[in-house]
Amino acid sequence: MKRLLALTSALLLLSASSDRLTERQRAQHALDRLGFGARPGDVERVMQVGVDKWVDQQLHPERIGDRAVDSRLAQYETLTMSSHQIFEQFEKPIIERRQAKKNNEERMEIPREQRPQRLVMELSAQRLIRATESERQLNEVMADFWMNHFNVFAPKGLDRVFVTEYERDVIRPRMWGRFEDLLMATAKSPAMLFYLDNARSRSGAINENYAREIMELHTLGVDGGYTQKDVTELARVFTGWSIARPKEGDGFKFRPFVHDRGAKSVLGVRFAAGGGIEEGERMIHFLAHHPSTAHHIAYKLCQRLIADEPPPSAVDRVAKTFLATNGDLRLTVKAVIDSPEFWDPKYYRAKVKSPFEYTVSAIRAVGGQLDDPIPVARQLQQMGEGLYLSQPPTGYSDTAKAWNNSGGLMARLNFAVALVENKMPGVHSNVTALVPQDRDALDTLALKLTGGELSAETRKTIAERNPSVEAMAGLILGSPEFQRQ
Amino acid sequence: MIDRRFFLKSSGLALVSGALVPNVFVKMANASTTKGRKVLVAIFQRGAVDGLNVVVPYAEQAYYAARPSIAVPRDRVVDLDGFFGFHPSLQSLAPYFKDKSLAVVHAVGSPDASRSHFDAQDFMECGTPGVKSTDDGFLSRAVMADKNAATPLRAVSFTSSLPRILSGPANAVNMTDISRFGVRGPESPAFAAMYGGAFEAVKILKSADPAKLQPENGAAYANNPLANSLKQIAQLIKSNVGLEVAFTDVSGWDTHAGEGGAEGQLANNLRNFSEAIAVFIRDLGSRMSDVVLVTMSEFGRTVHENGNRGTDHGHANVMLSAGGGVKGGKVYGTWPGLAENRLYENRDLAVTTDFRDIFAELIAKQLSVASMKSVFPNYEPKWRGVMA
Repeated sequence: MKRLLALTSALLLLSASSDRLTERQRAQHALDRLGFGARPGDVERVMQVGVDKWVDQQLHPERIGDRAVDSRLAQYETLTMSSHQIFEQFEKPIIERRQAKKNNEERMEIPREQRPQRLVMELSAQRLIRATESERQLNEVMADFWMNHFNVFAPKGLDRVFVTEYERDVIRPRMWGRFEDLLMATAKSPAMLFYLDNARSRSGAINENYAREIMELHTLGVDGGYTQKDVTELARVFTGWSIARPKEGDGFKFRPFVHDRGAKSVLGVRFAAGGGIEEGERMIHFLAHHPSTAHHIAYKLCQRLIADEPPPSAVDRVAKTFLATNGDLRLTVKAVIDSPEFWDPKYYRAKVKSPFEYTVSAIRAVGGQLDDPIPVARQLQQMGEGLYLSQPPTGYSDTAKAWNNSGGLMARLNFAVALVENKMPGVHSNVTALVPQDRDALDTLALKLTGGELSAETRKTIAERNPSVEAMAGLILGSPEFQRQ
Repeated sequence: MIDRRFFLKSSGLALVSGALVPNVFVKMANASTTKGRKVLVAIFQRGAVDGLNVVVPYAEQAYYAARPSIAVPRDRVVDLDGFFGFHPSLQSLAPYFKDKSLAVVHAVGSPDASRSHFDAQDFMECGTPGVKSTDDGFLSRAVMADKNAATPLRAVSFTSSLPRILSGPANAVNMTDISRFGVRGPESPAFAAMYGGAFEAVKILKSADPAKLQPENGAAYANNPLANSLKQIAQLIKSNVGLEVAFTDVSGWDTHAGEGGAEGQLANNLRNFSEAIAVFIRDLGSRMSDVVLVTMSEFGRTVHENGNRGTDHGHANVMLSAGGGVKGGKVYGTWPGLAENRLYENRDLAVTTDFRDIFAELIAKQLSVASMKSVFPNYEPKWRGVMA
């Protein structure tokens, strides 16, 4: 009987025609690319709702309930604090302590829950819980995308104070609106102004960092057609875009007295002398609607959702949609998913999971419970993707090249083994419960964990070990097949 | 044809023969000579380190005119040759310059004009400046071109992912912690069957157990990522696991603001950097005769300071190289000077030596690669004489 079932499932796999995905594969693909992988039963649920309908629901996350996640996150108090509150509670004690040391005064050690490390830990916990437990799966995929696109390195000075508000109030509320609004909000965010030094850039003493990166990374792309001269001129445009001091009310502040009021020319856009903040706002508008930007954003979205080398046909089509809709991000993402390339079997399971995608999909696959995300957040650092810890403005890469390495692999395998043995602190699961009594363990787990995509060779390697159910699950989660999505 | 044995005779041994042994190389009575292969260790300073403040042209007035707040004062510089001097943070490396085991190359870099960190790092690591289609790294190609049989640990990167410079057919492995490189538990053989290559390296590490080796000659590594990486590279070298090329990187050099001069942000980073390397050299002792260490960075920084007491992206930079066979005690390269009309695009130090020239020499000697054709396609390296 067991052998018959094994044969049947193998045949089911073979019967998928090579030019179309089966409905089950479409569901799996949607859950993998537009989410963080299937939990037990998810594929069946999505098939029942209908794959296209599920996708449409995901494109409107505001209509999907998220109360359970909200209550899970309530324990992380810093998540709802303003930058001002965070500064008062976490930064000020350090400044006062430093001052006291200079004056040779005694000061108590700052208690752990008041140390700034807590801020990144709670933010990481939030991301992990949302990715693992929220029904707004595509929303979390996009949060990861945009936080990388508009990367900020939390450990850089005051950025650790600004980054909570940055993700919560700048990025997340604008992911489904117009690109220009998102771009403008990042340009005026204390987090970005500090990270790329624009807050310090003044007339006669300009700092090029932000001007370069807004063009190279955020909009046009490195080959998008700007020159060194454009970088310098754009830097002049952004002089005065700065951060309000605590007394001034926090947030963005334009400082007219340090703004370079000379005439300027950037990418062919001319500014007469005497301009102010409207110069930067005009350039943001210009960059947000530039064809190179449309291409760059389309390319990155297609790379994220379709393939490491995204098919140019898809990129072009998505870029056109971006331009035609004035940078409507919901419609642009929809254009990616609607494209035939997205559902082409050629790109099915063609991407390698990032460490973040890997750990979350592993926990979801075994129906694990994320009791305490912080140890998992530390594991991500081991795997090379510490959240909020990407030092260069590029953020983490989205391609196999970045993740296909031996060190990261060892970290993933150790994670998989610990997870199934319930030795991963902060996570618990019951792998044995995944396999009903009368079923073949390997077949069942192969189906539940990889949608049946385990190769014959991997099956053989696993079967030869005659492993317990836990060990078997560990081997599947560690297999080359599970690294893919 | 140049081969390794020739160099062992004429250069490597010079470092250990009686009269020339500097007192910084403490010889341990029971130190065994390195069996097997020579090693090239490359350290990438990511973010474009400010070379003009690392090796300071203190004799040039233009340097001080261009950097009113961040120039390193003349009396703080550690003199090298009457014109250039080390930033004071490089104090610990000065003895190696003096005993001629460390060389400096200045005004060196890439012919490509890009001032994008990511493009420039890619171009440098691929060894094909300006060409975006190159997939693999030049150190990977160098390893493939050497005559030794492939072994699993011949190319190791101490980074959390595999850098472009070692991507390619050489099957380099990467790790940050030797003792963690492997899978805990009884299922390791199954994973070895699934993944092959990397697990061969695990097997070798298990039996050689490099992590048990203690630093020698009084070397004491600080607790920072670079020191940790170099400590482990030294362990791999000492345990004769077949290492030929080692790589690591260190960040924090992108000093757009508040760079500092003799003291400050850059000074602090340089101190850790310098001490990590000095301790590594000390730890290896006589084994340094088979090792060459070299530093690199994607480009330099502007000659003039910017409005925030920092510097922006520039062009030419400085490289340091130390070890067996290095003709040290000299600053190589043609110094273009900092006069306004000698600057690259009116802002940066001009490149007068292509970085590939330096690497070609190091690769030729350390990896006995006869032809650089595959390592640096479409480029004819010029001999600069940094290596004996």
